[in-house]
Amino acid sequence: MTITQAIKRLALIAALLLMAHGAYALTAVEAKGIAIGEGDARIESLNKALASADEKTAAFLQALADDAVKTAGEQVFVMKDDRGFDPVTGLEVAVPEAAEDVMNNNRMRGELDTALAALKLFSKDDKIRGESIKTLLSETDETKLPLIEKALAAETKLEFKDQLQLVRAAIMLNSADKDKRLEAAKLLSQSNNTNTKTVLLERLKTEDQPDVKSALQSALRSVEASLAWGDKIGALFSGISLGSILLLVALGLAITYGLMGVINMAHGELMMIGAYATYVVQGIFQKYMPGAFDWYLVAAVPVAFMAAALMGAALERGIIRYLYGRPLETLLATWGISLMLMQLARSVFGAQNVAVENPSWMSGGVQVLGNLSLPFNRLVIIGFACAVLLGVAWLISRTRLGLFVRGVTQNRPIAACMGVNTARVDTYAFALGSGIAGLAGCALSQIGNVGPDLGQSYIVDSFLVVVLGGVGQLAGTVYAALGLGILNKFLEGWTGAVLAKIAVLVLIIIFIQKRPQGIFAMKGRSAEA
Amino acid sequence: MQRRFTLKALTAAVALAGISALPAHAQSGGTIKVGILHSLSGTMAISETVLKDTVLMAIDEINAKGGVMGKKLEPVIVDPASNWPLFAEKTKQLLGQDKVSVIFGCWTSVSRKSVLPVVEEMNGLLFYPVQYEGEELSKNVFYTGAAPNQQAIPAVDYLMSKEGGGAKRWVLLGTDYVYPRTTNKILRAYLKSKGVKDTDIDEKYTPFGHSDYQTIVADVKKFSAGGKTAVVSTINGDSNVPFYKELGNAGLKAKDVPVVAFSVGEEELRGVDTKPLVGHLAAWNYFQSIKNPTNTEFIKKWSAYAKDKKIAGHMDKPLTNDPMEATYIGINMWKQAVEKAKSTDTDKVIAAMAGQTFKAPSGIVSKMDEKNHHLHKSVFIGEIKADGQFNVVWKTPGPVKAKPWSPYIEGNASKPDEPAKK
Repeated sequence: MTITQAIKRLALIAALLLMAHGAYALTAVEAKGIAIGEGDARIESLNKALASADEKTAAFLQALADDAVKTAGEQVFVMKDDRGFDPVTGLEVAVPEAAEDVMNNNRMRGELDTALAALKLFSKDDKIRGESIKTLLSETDETKLPLIEKALAAETKLEFKDQLQLVRAAIMLNSADKDKRLEAAKLLSQSNNTNTKTVLLERLKTEDQPDVKSALQSALRSVEASLAWGDKIGALFSGISLGSILLLVALGLAITYGLMGVINMAHGELMMIGAYATYVVQGIFQKYMPGAFDWYLVAAVPVAFMAAALMGAALERGIIRYLYGRPLETLLATWGISLMLMQLARSVFGAQNVAVENPSWMSGGVQVLGNLSLPFNRLVIIGFACAVLLGVAWLISRTRLGLFVRGVTQNRPIAACMGVNTARVDTYAFALGSGIAGLAGCALSQIGNVGPDLGQSYIVDSFLVVVLGGVGQLAGTVYAALGLGILNKFLEGWTGAVLAKIAVLVLIIIFIQKRPQGIFAMKGRSAEA
Repeated sequence: MQRRFTLKALTAAVALAGISALPAHAQSGGTIKVGILHSLSGTMAISETVLKDTVLMAIDEINAKGGVMGKKLEPVIVDPASNWPLFAEKTKQLLGQDKVSVIFGCWTSVSRKSVLPVVEEMNGLLFYPVQYEGEELSKNVFYTGAAPNQQAIPAVDYLMSKEGGGAKRWVLLGTDYVYPRTTNKILRAYLKSKGVKDTDIDEKYTPFGHSDYQTIVADVKKFSAGGKTAVVSTINGDSNVPFYKELGNAGLKAKDVPVVAFSVGEEELRGVDTKPLVGHLAAWNYFQSIKNPTNTEFIKKWSAYAKDKKIAGHMDKPLTNDPMEATYIGINMWKQAVEKAKSTDTDKVIAAMAGQTFKAPSGIVSKMDEKNHHLHKSVFIGEIKADGQFNVVWKTPGPVKAKPWSPYIEGNASKPDEPAKK
């Protein structure tokens, strides 16, 4: 503990010296105090250094936050491209072999982040300033108050001014002055940030003045009311996101099973082929075009489609077309195919899951409300599902191929009489359905695991969606997918994931019993066929 | 009669030919069969496959040094495919048909529970290398992973401390099976003993292979508004990948809501972008990043082996983790015990296991308890770094003795600290 005490003393001396000279710059003692020693002492030095911070301090703290600082004995180095620099003078210095990385735990990292945020309050860049204000919303340390007031005075943007007021109020909430606390509570009631709720709840526990307490409670109520909106929209969004995934996995089946009537148990494995195709494209990009890696997904989409479509066409030509009109045999044959495809994947890629990385533009999310951020990968998949849906709808309703497919499914002999090559149309339609399964696999690779049994976990869901929606209807599939997704997510929030899954299955069984034809029934003669 | 005799003669001839084909020093008599019972496919393959390779590496190493009592070890590998009843069947096959002397295997507790009656009935020997919930002590099993007091409880203590963030509210999140349920029962009792209220504990479960963690992450976010929250994750298998992906995308930072995991190590994080996860924690008895000569050598051995055998993933980026270390300690201790007992007979080896020591890569001399079939282990808590390795932020001063019967479950106080004699 003597080291800690020594460092504390050093930090104190440093602070005194600074006060005496009025020098506003990072000193070697400060750098040492922040980088070396026990957690408490380091944080103390950090907060002291903050009061007299300059650009060098900011650069040093940033380096610390980026884990780019090393120490050896009493020396501190900032590392850049494997070269060491002195944090105070900025000159390059030789780093001894034995130098060790400075370790920051969560607590230290949190302190560094708020310190950096406080410094960035004076940045010229609006975006950086906005970010740092957000970080500071959970701050309650009074030592930062002068900095924030300074920033408040300098701030010109109205929106940021309001937010800074909230930051200031959150800190004032712990002030010894009762009136200040009251004022702070009133201000905070306008916030829609989760951190504000935490701060208010913390204060409520220790508050002893009744009028402040009631002000705190009313502030809490209004914050909670604005937060409730975020929660509801969040639940709805996750429902839509799940729905979009269900839609993608079921859309291909809506064609092969819904329109063509083939009970294709290998549908899941066609998705798996799409996912592995994505993995292969990723590998090629990593190896040959690492610069364009972020865009591998764009290339993976057509590859996944083609790989699954070709496999589908081969299946149709080789096996399924001999089994039309014999649903039981089709079911058994396609189930066998699914087992073979899984084993094929195991032999080629190994039984373990393979890693498919998100491109960097799909990581992270966009902050919509104070407590609601929408992840980019989910947004992209929702958009992708919409695009695929529109594409399929256009293909089926507006193109010659679509016309033939509809004609053949409605009345095969008449279509054949009109000169339609029904066998070829069957192959095309099956390949299309399979290709869409491949697209679904490509999308799934971005949110889940890619392994040989990827398809198994989605095959039941996709049949559920198609049957529930009504066989032979694209619109039904859309409604069923979204409905199931949202229902599942709301139940999950209420009962937990395990029970929600069971409840959804029970509800579907009841629904199918009451209405065997699904949400939408095909009208006309073909329904009975 | 005539025919049977011919057959016998033939078999004998073949056996002889086989023996004479072996190198000279193994001639003193055949091999010792070692069963490996790890899922090589299904949801647990992400964690278990590498343990199979660890056993194989240790076997190679032991064989290169002349084997055990002059006999070479012969691995018998089976794949129970993350299918719990299949674990029992495969055990029966290993013990009954292949006549293995010892089995190294299982990861999930549900698989161990499925194997247990078979091993006990056929008097086999199982080395179980993964941290688990305790509440079990079988004469036929040696537990080389951590008991709750060697992992879960210290981890919670750390998160409650000032350095760990001073957590006041807790989300106990797990896969729905016996290990997470029991661990969470113990943790709930422990937290209550520390004055945490029931309303400040939220317990959540997901099925095996669950892949949509949106709702759960959103709920955690909501729950954390009520005060400093920490998440204790006992999610097992490949569900961890979508869970951590969602966590990163939702912007739940470790400094706000730290997640401590008990079944996530270097290997499970391989396929995950760890940059958004910096600072989330894991509690184990070994990390690859621990610096000591034994560990350096262990990593070197593994890297060379992985490269040589072209093990997918590890040949380019070799990783070691806690269950690998526990497996490695287990097989070496077993070897020592067999040599001490001068026999592979189950009962004799069990007797010889008591008090065995081995220099563990975690930096301690690991000791098998004289009585309770568990190892004495140091506990480490590590934070995830940007490169997928762990940064040790806390550790126990020395090895901790395992308490398989947690005192935080009712009725355990009276249970003896050794397996029942039969």
